[in-house]
Amino acid sequence: MKLNFLTAHELKNLLDSGRNTPTDILNDVKIRYEETESKVRAFARTPFFDQVKIRQDADGPLAQIPVAIKDNICSKGDLTECSSRILKGFRAPYDATVVEKLKNSGAIIFGKTNMDEFAFGSSCETSCFYPTRNPWDLDCVPGGSSGGSAAAVAADEVIMSLGSDTGGSIRQPASLCGVVGLKPTYGRVSRYGLIAFASSLDQIGPFTKDIRDNALLLKVIAGYDERDSTSVPMPVPDYLKILGKDVKGMRVALPKEYFVEGMDLEVRASLEEAKARLESLGAIFKEVSLPHTEYAVAVYYIIATAEASSNLARFDGVQYGFRAQSGNDNDSKGLISMYKESRGQGFGAEAKRRIILGTYVLSSGYYDAYYSRALKVRTLVKQDFDKVFSDFDVILTPTSPTPAFKIGEKMDDPLSMYLSDIYTISVNLAGLPAISLPCGFTKKGLPLGMQIIGKPFGEEDIYRLAFQYEQNTPWHKEKPKL
Amino acid sequence: MAISKEDVRYIANLARIGLSESEIEHFQKQLEGIFEYIDQLKKLDVSAIMPAAHVLDIKNVTRPDIVKSSLDPKLVMDSAPAKQGQFFKVPKVIEG
Repeated sequence: MKLNFLTAHELKNLLDSGRNTPTDILNDVKIRYEETESKVRAFARTPFFDQVKIRQDADGPLAQIPVAIKDNICSKGDLTECSSRILKGFRAPYDATVVEKLKNSGAIIFGKTNMDEFAFGSSCETSCFYPTRNPWDLDCVPGGSSGGSAAAVAADEVIMSLGSDTGGSIRQPASLCGVVGLKPTYGRVSRYGLIAFASSLDQIGPFTKDIRDNALLLKVIAGYDERDSTSVPMPVPDYLKILGKDVKGMRVALPKEYFVEGMDLEVRASLEEAKARLESLGAIFKEVSLPHTEYAVAVYYIIATAEASSNLARFDGVQYGFRAQSGNDNDSKGLISMYKESRGQGFGAEAKRRIILGTYVLSSGYYDAYYSRALKVRTLVKQDFDKVFSDFDVILTPTSPTPAFKIGEKMDDPLSMYLSDIYTISVNLAGLPAISLPCGFTKKGLPLGMQIIGKPFGEEDIYRLAFQYEQNTPWHKEKPKL
Repeated sequence: MAISKEDVRYIANLARIGLSESEIEHFQKQLEGIFEYIDQLKKLDVSAIMPAAHVLDIKNVTRPDIVKSSLDPKLVMDSAPAKQGQFFKVPKVIEG
């Protein structure tokens, strides 16, 4: 079998046994890229073929493993454009902490993946480059915003990747592409070098082909960093040690608000089968209520856009990348006009829509009615989870209300696009960790995913349940035909 | 909540985003739909609830005041669209 189809832990065994060399891995990954990238378009630009070198000295848990990173994560000297015109030509002057950690672990940074512009979207269609396509059906979206990172792993163009998740941007594309994606607890992974979208919600996390690789990659990137004042000084457990522990007696909550009349029947059926499977392994299920679920999307689109409007104020044609041509004229109309034209031309439609929405909810006269109220409802959403977690270890839900939808289907209807994150958004509001892992396929052959939500810093509980489920089901071994 | 084209124009100016007339019209309709949706928050009584700005129980994070090397100015300036020496160059701000 070509090595690009394997996981990092499988490759490590092959390297350790001397059966294969690092060059073998890189060659197979490059060949796969050349065969499939024109169909999938997972990368924001050509990967670093010229720079990618085997690191003979590399010694670490990810030694010689090619890893792709989302285009909003800084890597020194490389284009880092957030798939946005306004960052055209921006080369990061430093490595993000996660990139430093990857390099220290021996990994090879293989390339930057396509994304929704500034992570604003659930389909990878708002990229200024091109939409990424779902490897399981090239007419469908891969999900978003980390659609490129999910598709690159699903298409076996790379062994593992990093994404970022503000309202579901790791878990939803993982679900739609049939791979594993984890959003860690807020504060678990440093965001130093992640170009900010909404600072109270953003987290970086791993995309992998199976749970063991996910635990391996999280262990590499997690930990306190004094350069991110929201990273938490707590020791990083050895996540691999929990894998293999049985799930007997684990208490799993099913929130009734996530299983409603009219939900996608195949999504519902896959969750029912997963529940039966886990029950047979000894997990104990009970229905619970998260009563403020219906408000989460509204709260999110106030808080996330408010924070985004502030974070994106720095892109004004002065320091990074793009400036409108007229801003450089000698007889230019002045600084304010240069800002407006650079931002008007540099941002795409969804970015403008969100900046305007966020500016509106923060503006004088509307702050209390929207922003301040949303922060209070956020407290209620968090309290719902606190209450459930006093009696349960994890919560099981679908990841996405539907399987992958067609490219173009939701582009003219922002609200329906926003609602595709309905199962993932509350988790960010409450700062919790959550994973999406494959749990079946539709009749048409599209992957389905389920979400396991844990307590704050409860990643071990998540991996424990997820690993047992994965090892007792065939889904993670399926590959798209490309 | 009703949103007028004038509102969109006013907010776009605050956000320093230049919009075309057709963009203003388009956003006005879409924002009206989005506000109709988020207005459901008004159903809740939140008078006794404390706001959650973020979820961590940490405040006022400080670190020792130690001099360290900073970013390479050349690398930082390399991505600037217009520069002169070690300065970002912008259109004239103050009329002479």
